[in-house]
Amino acid sequence: MSRPASLAVNGLLLAAAAISVAPLLWMLSASLMPAGQSNAFPPPWVAAAPTLANYRELFARVGVGRYLANSVVVATAGTGLSLLFNVSAGYAFAKLPFGGRERIFRSLLAALVIPAQVAMLPLFLMLRSAGLVNSYAGVIVPALASVFGIFLVRQYARSIPDEILEAARLEGAGEAHIFVHIVLPLLKPILVTVAIFTFLNIWNDFMWPLIVLTDGRLQTLPVALALLSREHVQDNELMMAGSVVTVLPPLLLFLGLQRYYIQGLLLGSVKG
Amino acid sequence: MRPGLAGWCFAGPALAVMGVFFAVPVAAAFMLSLTDFDIYAIADPSNLRLVGLRNYFQLLGTALFWKALGNTLYFVVVGVPLSIAVSLATAVLLDSELARFKGAFRTALFAPVVTTVVAVAVVWRNLFHARYGWINHALGAIGIGPIDWLGDPHWSMPAIILFAVWKNFGINMIIFVAALQAIPRELYEAARIEGAGAAQQFRHVTLPLLGPTLLMVAVVTMAGYFQLFAEPYVMTQGGPLQSTVSVLYLMYEDGFKWWSLGLASAVAFALFALMLASTALLLRAARGKVAALGGA
Repeated sequence: MSRPASLAVNGLLLAAAAISVAPLLWMLSASLMPAGQSNAFPPPWVAAAPTLANYRELFARVGVGRYLANSVVVATAGTGLSLLFNVSAGYAFAKLPFGGRERIFRSLLAALVIPAQVAMLPLFLMLRSAGLVNSYAGVIVPALASVFGIFLVRQYARSIPDEILEAARLEGAGEAHIFVHIVLPLLKPILVTVAIFTFLNIWNDFMWPLIVLTDGRLQTLPVALALLSREHVQDNELMMAGSVVTVLPPLLLFLGLQRYYIQGLLLGSVKG
Repeated sequence: MRPGLAGWCFAGPALAVMGVFFAVPVAAAFMLSLTDFDIYAIADPSNLRLVGLRNYFQLLGTALFWKALGNTLYFVVVGVPLSIAVSLATAVLLDSELARFKGAFRTALFAPVVTTVVAVAVVWRNLFHARYGWINHALGAIGIGPIDWLGDPHWSMPAIILFAVWKNFGINMIIFVAALQAIPRELYEAARIEGAGAAQQFRHVTLPLLGPTLLMVAVVTMAGYFQLFAEPYVMTQGGPLQSTVSVLYLMYEDGFKWWSLGLASAVAFALFALMLASTALLLRAARGKVAALGGA
């Protein structure tokens, strides 16, 4: 009974994995085809004569390098800044008692039921009057602090023994010193996790950057790609190359740091 | 240092940011939904007037709003169960003692989750192409005639649902795998000794013990699926015949294409209310189920 069952389980897994990966491989393959080749019947699996012409066109003529740079700047700066806010807050909610702490934390969790898009219309008007529409800052601002990030850090920081912190205080160390020299090194794994999540969220985000970046020069890759793909419906191979450029950084980041990402996903799915 | 002060110093900045960039705008959005804020008010705020609930009544009388509501519910009601079923099926396969190369399979199955939705939507728009797309080509191989996925109003939403399931099932799969691993193997052993087959084991051991995880996953997935926007924006632009206009798509068009920010805020709150009501309904149904099981 075990041999056919084993074949069935592994066969089904193989089929599911193939369906998951095939669209990504097709994207890569079509991006290497000369213009027009992918629109054929039956669709060709691999390029007859692979070419980088689409990528050259993308960077030289369409100016994708600029959008790539925008995405890198926005995602990197946003990740760095939000780490600062989320990690210190997560540590406070775990280890530094203050008046109303538990009540505030519960209301943060409750606020998760409000869809972020509700805030977008007034936020746009606020940023407009502050002159931040069409700026990197405008894109980053709503991602600066996240309940999910604070929650992850808090869950992890709760495992730090109080004795270590108390001992440091008795020796006269200030709170800032304790945070930098004792707490941060202990939190390193969760810092990596929160950083990946934030980076991927900002990189992949679409609706808010679409709203706040009306000027083409500052657009991030997903916004530029969405607008280009509406114009260039026929240039399939070119759009596939654009998709590869957009998808590759988050995919590589995930493949490299998978362990941290999955750990965060599981920590976040446990009820506080 | 006074006790409590350190806590405020560390938590304060994040709380301030969330207050200024989330709490205040949410409250402002509600106020905005009670005004006739439009392109004239952007130019000169003195054109702004309070109109009470007029935006909400106007929505109720707009055919496109009901259409968007129906489309979004279609996406949620079909997409969420399908998505969870695929997650659960792949999780059970991955958790099986018979599965080989678990790490590689897990990575491959999870890969779509971390991709950029806009980029893979562009790819899937091509896969769904009526003449040259791989999907119709594969269907043709098993004798099914070509479907105009993105051009036929009856097939556009199913196409977007298939794409969304492919993109998202990996997240819940990972959560289910962890929950499955927490089920003691002795329970399956005991069921086997009593003569239960694989299907019965799944139904009487796995499913009941997965209950709380299933509910949590359903609530979170549903909230996510209500926020449908990028997929129709890229793949169908709301068409054909407005068959893929979602509530958020409508909000975006009202707000940032026509600059009726008052009306668009009312759309946003309508979505919020719908999400709250659906979640409450789901939780209630789940409680009923638990009570029924307890009585059995």
